[in-house]
Amino acid sequence: MTGGRITLAHGSGGRAMGELVRELFLEVFDDPELRRLDDLARLEPAAGGRLGFTTDCHVITPPIFPGGDIGRLAVCGTVNDLAVGGAEPQALSCGFVLEEGLELALLERIVRSMKAAAREAGVRIVAGDTKVVRRGEADRIYITTAGVGWIAAGTALGPERIRPGDRLLVSGPVGDHGAAVLDARGELSMEVGLDSDCRPLASLARALLAACGPGLRAMRDPTRGGLTAVLNEFARHCGCRLEVEEEAVPVREAVRGVCELLGLDPFDLPCEGVLLAVVDPAQAGQALEVLRSHPDGAHAQLIGEAGRAGEPEVVVRTPYGGQRLLDQPLGDPLPRIC
Amino acid sequence: MRYVDEYRAPDAVRVLLDRVSGLLQEIAPASPLQIMEFCGGHTHAIFRFGLHQTLPEGSVEWVHGPGCPVCVLPRESIDTAIDLARRPGVTLTTFGDVLRVPGTRQSLLQAAAEGADVRVVYSPLDALALAREHPDREIVFLAIGFETTMPATALTLLQAVREGLGNFSLLCRHITTPAAVRAVLQGPDPALDGVIAPGHVATVLGSAAFDFIPRDYRLPVVVSGFEPVDLLHALERLLLQRLEGRCAVENGYARAVREQGLPPALDAIGRVYELRGEAGWRGLGRIADSAVRLRTEYADFDAERRFGSRPTPASGEEPLPCGEVMRGRLRPPQCPWFGTRCRPDAPLGALMVSAEGACAAYHRYRGSSAP
Repeated sequence: MTGGRITLAHGSGGRAMGELVRELFLEVFDDPELRRLDDLARLEPAAGGRLGFTTDCHVITPPIFPGGDIGRLAVCGTVNDLAVGGAEPQALSCGFVLEEGLELALLERIVRSMKAAAREAGVRIVAGDTKVVRRGEADRIYITTAGVGWIAAGTALGPERIRPGDRLLVSGPVGDHGAAVLDARGELSMEVGLDSDCRPLASLARALLAACGPGLRAMRDPTRGGLTAVLNEFARHCGCRLEVEEEAVPVREAVRGVCELLGLDPFDLPCEGVLLAVVDPAQAGQALEVLRSHPDGAHAQLIGEAGRAGEPEVVVRTPYGGQRLLDQPLGDPLPRIC
Repeated sequence: MRYVDEYRAPDAVRVLLDRVSGLLQEIAPASPLQIMEFCGGHTHAIFRFGLHQTLPEGSVEWVHGPGCPVCVLPRESIDTAIDLARRPGVTLTTFGDVLRVPGTRQSLLQAAAEGADVRVVYSPLDALALAREHPDREIVFLAIGFETTMPATALTLLQAVREGLGNFSLLCRHITTPAAVRAVLQGPDPALDGVIAPGHVATVLGSAAFDFIPRDYRLPVVVSGFEPVDLLHALERLLLQRLEGRCAVENGYARAVREQGLPPALDAIGRVYELRGEAGWRGLGRIADSAVRLRTEYADFDAERRFGSRPTPASGEEPLPCGEVMRGRLRPPQCPWFGTRCRPDAPLGALMVSAEGACAAYHRYRGSSAP
C-alpha cells in the first residue's frame, strides 16, 4: 500500500475503493465482523446491565504529533468516553473523510496506529466507512468513531451523585495534549519536547470502579476545555461548590512554560489520557492508591473536594490564602486540538 | 521554572505579607490606601493569585488603570481593520485578544464569520511568514499595544523592508504609556496614594520614563514585575516611601528594568515611528501625543496609506462608564451593566473583552470578596 495518494476513485465505490478497503482496513483492523463486509456488525450483548453508546469526531491538525496521531486519538477519545461512564468498551466503528491527494503512506500509518490503540484498549473495530472529498474541501483526514460498551448492572456513575465532602482526584498531570499539539504545529518556535498523553483509560477506570464501587461518584476525561470545563460541568450538575487547591494539581514544567509564554491557563488545556474522579471521602485514600499503583495513574493526586451545596461554582485556592473563581473558558482558544 | 518559581514561592510571599501588614499598621490610614496599578498585566496577576484577598481588610484598594491596550482600542480602529479585512485579496492578522473587541457594528470575529479573512498570530513575525508564503495576498498586521510591543512590530517592519516584501503592511495602532498615565492623573479626583508602574513598558523605556509622576503629581512610584513577590515587594516600597515622606521612582523589577531602558528597542522605536498627535482612546476620549504612526519613509508599508484610509465614522463616545472605571472612580461591579448587559461572552465595553481588562478580571476571578 506504500507510495501513491488518495484519489477521488478511492471513495467511488468502485475497484480502487475495494482495494483500499481490502488491502488496508480489513488487513490492519483484522476483525471477523469487518471481514464480512456487511452493512452492519452484529454483537452479542452481555447478560444484564445496559448499553453505553457514544461518538466523537476528530479533526486535529497536525495529524501526527508527539505522543500520538489522529488515529490513536480517534480510538482513545471514544474508548475513554465509554470508560469514564462506567462502560466496558467493546466495539468501535470508524468513518474516514479523506482529502484527495492524501499520501497513502500517511493513511496507512494512521490506520495501523488505530489498530495498536484498539489492541491496548481491548476493543474491536467492527464497522467503517470512507468518503473522499476534493482537494481543498477538507484538511487531509478527519475521523469519526462511535463506540459501544457494556455497563454492568448496579454501576451508576454521574455528577448528580456528587455530595458535599466528596474528594476530587486527577490521574496525572494536566494539559500535556494541548501543549504538545500547539508545540507540534510549529507556530510557537519553541520545541519544548512534550508528548501528548493520548492513551486509553479503560483499564484505569475499571480498576478504580472495582476498588470503590458505589463510592466512585463520577469520572470524566478532561478533553476540550480541560479541567476547567469538566469541573464547571460537575458543579452545575451536582449543585455543589467545588474547591481545588492550585498547588495540588499536577502540571508538567514544560506545560507551565508554554502557558506562561502564551498567557494560557494549564487548567483550560485538553488532556487525552487523564481522568478526573470524584469519590466518597472515606475511599479517597484507597482510590489514590489504586490510581498510583496503575501504570497510567502513577502521578495521580488528590486535588480538592466538593463544598457546600447550593453554590454551583468552581473555586481555586491559591497558595497565598487567596482564591479565585475558575470560570468556563470563552470559546476555544485552541481550535482543532482533538 | 526559573525566574517564575522563586517569585511565586509561598514562603517568600508570607514573609512579604507580614512586612506589608506591619507597615500598614504603622501607617494606620484613616481610609483604605488607593494604589493604582496602571498595567493590565498587574490587574490580571492580582486577581489570578488572589493577592487582593491576602491584605488586612480595608487597608488597600487597588485602582485599576487603563493599561490594557486591547481595552482602550477605539471602535474606529476595529472598523478600519474590518474594512481592510473585507477587501478582496487582503488577509488581516492580529493578536487573538483583539478579535472579540466590539467595533461600531461588529467585531473582527463576527466579520470573519461573514467571510472577511482574519487570522490570529502570536507574533508579528508570524504575519511576516504569511506574507512570504502567500505572495498573491496582501498581509496586513493590526499592530496594537504600548511600548512593550512597539519594538517587535518595528523590527518586523525593518525585516520586511530588508526582504523587500511588497505584500506586507501594518495598520499601526500603537499607543504610548506616559501620555495615558498623565491623562488619568490629570483628571479630577484621582486621590491616589501610590502608583505601581508597568514592568514591561519600563523594560523598554527605562524607569526614568516615570520620573514625571513624583515630580508633577507628588506620588510615589515603584516599577514592578508580574509575580506575587514582585507586586508585594512593590507595595512594600510604596508604603516605605509614604512612611518616610518621600516621592520617587524606585525600580522593584531590577532583573529586567534599567533606568535608561533597552537601547536596541528604543533605537528600533525611534527609527520606525513618529508621534501621531491626538489619538482616540476607548473610554478616555482623545489624548494628545498618545499614539504613534509609521515615519513617512515607510509609507509603502503603512496599510492606511496603501489602501486609502476610510473616514472615521463620526460616532460619539459610547454611553458606557468604562472611562470612570479606568480612572478608578468606579469599581467594575458598580457599573450598572456589569455582568448583566455587559459580560465576557457579550461585551459592551472593551474592559470586558481582554483577560487584562479590569471588568473581565473581576468577572472571571470574582472570589468570595471583592478587592
